[in-house]
Amino acid sequence: MTSAEAPAAPMWRRLRRRGGPKASAPGGSSGPWRYVKLAILLAFVLLFLIPVYVLVVTSFKPLDEADPSSAWSLPGSWSTSGWSAAWDTLKPGLENSVKIAVSGSVISAVLGSLNGFVLSKWRFPGADVVFTLFLFGMFIPYQAVMIPLAGLLTDMELVGTIRGLVLAHVVYGIPICTLIFRNYYVTIPNELIEASRVDGAGMLRTYWSVVLPVSAPAFAVTLIWQFTSMWNDFLFAVFLGAPDSWPVTVMLNNTAGSGAVAVQYNQQMASALLASLPTLLVYLLLGRFFMRGLMAGALKG
Amino acid sequence: MKFRRIRKWLPGLLLVSPSIVAIGLFVYGLIFWNTRVALSGKHDEVTEYGFDKGKNFVDLWDQPSWPGAVKHALLFTAVFVLGALLLGAFLAFLMDKGIRGEASFRVIYLFPMAVSFIASGVVWRWLMNPAPPQRAVGFNQLFDKLHLGGLGNSWWQDPDWGMAAMALPAIWQMSGYVMALYLAGFRSVPEDLREAARVDGASEWKVYRYVVFPQLRPVTLSALIILGHISLKVFDLIMAIAGKQIITYVPAVATYVEIFDRHDPANGATIATYMLVAVAVLVIPYLVWSVRSERTR
Repeated sequence: MTSAEAPAAPMWRRLRRRGGPKASAPGGSSGPWRYVKLAILLAFVLLFLIPVYVLVVTSFKPLDEADPSSAWSLPGSWSTSGWSAAWDTLKPGLENSVKIAVSGSVISAVLGSLNGFVLSKWRFPGADVVFTLFLFGMFIPYQAVMIPLAGLLTDMELVGTIRGLVLAHVVYGIPICTLIFRNYYVTIPNELIEASRVDGAGMLRTYWSVVLPVSAPAFAVTLIWQFTSMWNDFLFAVFLGAPDSWPVTVMLNNTAGSGAVAVQYNQQMASALLASLPTLLVYLLLGRFFMRGLMAGALKG
Repeated sequence: MKFRRIRKWLPGLLLVSPSIVAIGLFVYGLIFWNTRVALSGKHDEVTEYGFDKGKNFVDLWDQPSWPGAVKHALLFTAVFVLGALLLGAFLAFLMDKGIRGEASFRVIYLFPMAVSFIASGVVWRWLMNPAPPQRAVGFNQLFDKLHLGGLGNSWWQDPDWGMAAMALPAIWQMSGYVMALYLAGFRSVPEDLREAARVDGASEWKVYRYVVFPQLRPVTLSALIILGHISLKVFDLIMAIAGKQIITYVPAVATYVEIFDRHDPANGATIATYMLVAVAVLVIPYLVWSVRSERTR
């Protein structure tokens, strides 16, 4: 069913339109239908942005404007008290998240690159079986390993530490990182690898001088993907973390979750925004690569 | 000769072996270990591991909260998967022929994916505030302002349909992704194929119905698998919006409660095993098919 496209055309490439603009395509994008489509798409844009409006507007409201009847209006006076309170509460969590997500994504990318290279260009008997077994690890509910994992990390004296969280993220990130790199490397012509082999280069030398120099896009995709998923992780953090290694998601959930204190919506919204800013910035600046990571997750590369 | 062939692939195997060991231990080893805990009959933190011959897998269904958790997960899955799939496909269909500002539309539909459920849960809990309009923020307040007070409802706190409301944030988060998948699918249908159908006199609708849509089956399958496995594992979203309440209890939350609150490793592991089986039934055939069809093409 998918034989129409060459295996060398990864899914994300197909997003680009073939040929030029198709405004003149028969029966399609001309006339009133075009404006109907545009109107529907714009309506959904508004729907999609409702949560953003609420987050931004509420985060800048002073506490005395918390009355439900003014919930949807703009702040009468813009206040940053919610933001400074959010910053004070979340700061340790933000620091932990940076440590976890930066170091974790770098290690993940290096491992993924080596694995992807071998599984696509330096294959060994059974490589496909190994790859399939890896991939299954991408889908498992991590609850199904959590009890023994916590035990194992306790034995390794890593439970509750940042290193323990990084280890968990890196190990369970191996499948997706291997997948991204493997799907990228299959697009390298085999002749290049063979030529390098004929020249007497070994595996590492071929990797270093032929494969690595063209790997930048795949590194970008993997780094962004892993950074985002580690930054946004809650499950590992809540099962394996401890108060002084909690990332920002757990801190955010702790401050927002308890109904004990009066509901300070401005601080909650500011906290939620603050905790999302890094990944949002990455997405807005490097969305192209983010997109490719998403497509890799769909397997059919 | 044989030795030379081994020399050819052995370094590759060695280079991957740390990952093979890690996956072998952390994925398959720990799954095995978890299953042992599930079969151990160890319902507190002091008894030794025993073996209860799978009794716990049956007993679990007598727990008052468990059947509800399964029901919640199924309702959530149905609404979320169908909602995200239809909305994503619809948006991609509208954008297929190219539209002014397409890149900006894509950015906006997709940005929720970059946000954690924990963070978006904060605002969705505000939006889906179940209180009546005098006290409510969020949609109930907005409906009241727009004189649509009749639309106000108790959202995720509804005893029957609460999980359908709970699926709304998830649809918001994932439909952009489905849109991107379908857009790539639409664009990979060769233009000559469409053109040929048009030459044969097919209307534009028939071109979609008989030429384009059938080509999208693999995309639909991918999207179903991805949404399905996310849905069966849903945890962050529920914890962020409702916490551990019984009204939105799902298996992932149940595992957490059994382990941390009830200190019952056997029950926690049993629920986790059920989750694993549910995901495996969905994913394994797909994986095998994926890797195989890639090799043969």
